[in-house]
Amino acid sequence: MLEALSLAYRYTKQHPWIFKNLDLCIAPGEIVGMSGASGLGKTTLAKVLSGYLPPARGNIVIDGRSLPNSGPCPVQLLFQHPELAVNPRWKISKILGEAGEPGIRLLQDLGIKKMWYDRYPHELSGGELQRICIARALSETTRYLICDEITSMLDALSQAHIWKIISGLADSRKLGLLVISHHATLLAKVCSRKVKYFETEKSLPVQTEK
Amino acid sequence: MTLELYVNRNTSMLNICNLSIWFSSYTIGLRYQETRVIRDLDLSLQSGQVMAVIGQSGAGKSLLTGAILGILPRNARIKGRIYFKGELLDQGKLRRLRGREIALIPQSVTSLNPLLRIGVQIARAAQLGGIEKKEVKTTVHRTFERYNLQPTVADSFPFQLSGGMAHRALTATATVGTADLILADEPTSGLDPSTAHEALAHLRELADTGKAVLLITHDVEMALNIADLVAVFCEGTTVEVTDAKHFVGIDKLRHPYTRKLWNALPANGFLKSDISPLSFSGASGCPFHSSCEKKETICSERFPSLQATDQGWVRCHYA
Repeated sequence: MLEALSLAYRYTKQHPWIFKNLDLCIAPGEIVGMSGASGLGKTTLAKVLSGYLPPARGNIVIDGRSLPNSGPCPVQLLFQHPELAVNPRWKISKILGEAGEPGIRLLQDLGIKKMWYDRYPHELSGGELQRICIARALSETTRYLICDEITSMLDALSQAHIWKIISGLADSRKLGLLVISHHATLLAKVCSRKVKYFETEKSLPVQTEK
Repeated sequence: MTLELYVNRNTSMLNICNLSIWFSSYTIGLRYQETRVIRDLDLSLQSGQVMAVIGQSGAGKSLLTGAILGILPRNARIKGRIYFKGELLDQGKLRRLRGREIALIPQSVTSLNPLLRIGVQIARAAQLGGIEKKEVKTTVHRTFERYNLQPTVADSFPFQLSGGMAHRALTATATVGTADLILADEPTSGLDPSTAHEALAHLRELADTGKAVLLITHDVEMALNIADLVAVFCEGTTVEVTDAKHFVGIDKLRHPYTRKLWNALPANGFLKSDISPLSFSGASGCPFHSSCEKKETICSERFPSLQATDQGWVRCHYA
């Protein structure tokens, strides 16, 4: 169980709180959808949950233990723009191996082809590169995945293909997923539970819808 | 009605005939000397129309806007003709028209000048767009109100705005002037539904006043609310142009790629539809043939031409 306990974040002490008193939990195998207006800090929350930013207050706890300070993080983040999440001067083979060699089975599931290995990121399409990022994020130690608008710039076919893979993996590997998206129909199809992100100083910024 | 207009090419606002674009290998792909990214593309847009352009990522949708504005990188080679209001476009004409009569809403918010305050950028766009000097101030003020931008935003720099606000500022720069043709490249990506609806409703309003809007988008459902026509792109060419009203079920969609795309929408088949990743074949034949269920030998040999059907225009040997 991934739990955020009264989490709060602000960039510096001079800046206003982006979120405060935020509680959220994701069980293994559960797919939680999150929506909310733009500019309220959903992406910042994703970065805090996956350990990219330290929370100003509160804790992130996995099965009663806080996030490890070293080694691979069990919570991995997938970004909206995969081309900005990879080193543009590395070949795909090096990018894939960044967090340990992914298993052959996973590569097959994702439809990653051997012929891509010798290419650079700009020589793949957005959908192909997003699949590379998924493979890189899903190492043995990954147990929770945060998907921040990962298909908003892809066409319907690539979008459906990526979600099919991810929901399949969530099921088979008992991954817990937090899916951030503006697309209500998408969330309704993919997620088992939905939460709404609010901007509020006092109350809980996250409310469960059903 | 709209489709009849589509056929009548001489009166159109924008008319693209047989456009092809190649890139030399230095930027795209290391293996090829030259890569064709747009192939025999035909498109026609009348005033008062909104045409949604949908299709595969990397099909050359954004390149098309670059070609219309003449702002492609140097290593691009272009063949074909583009007419604007019946006039053949060349570099000299484009220099005069771009920003004044043809405006672009860029895809990326990095297109705003990072070192200029938003108000200055919009005022400059207004002046270039044909607004008289003494009216610039009131026009900019009106535009700010229309897009729900607070007056304080005028004094902000782009980095101080949220993604949604920057997007609205970008739309403002394109629509503040008197441009007749508006090229909107994914104006709603990353916006929440209510902001996105507003942005699109405004594009519809502009079209209703006699302008033409080319709306490039991945959000098919949202685009259908305001579009008259839908052009479907696949591998750098238009495979189908049809009335937006036909996008209600699979029956009226003629091209196999369009049907596949329709089925994959979250509101339709989505995860249950057949979504094996597509492979495309380069040189000859139909761009879609290696993923097509109905393929015959002719599909891999001859490039199909865009032909009229009772539902629109389709590029398929068997539609």
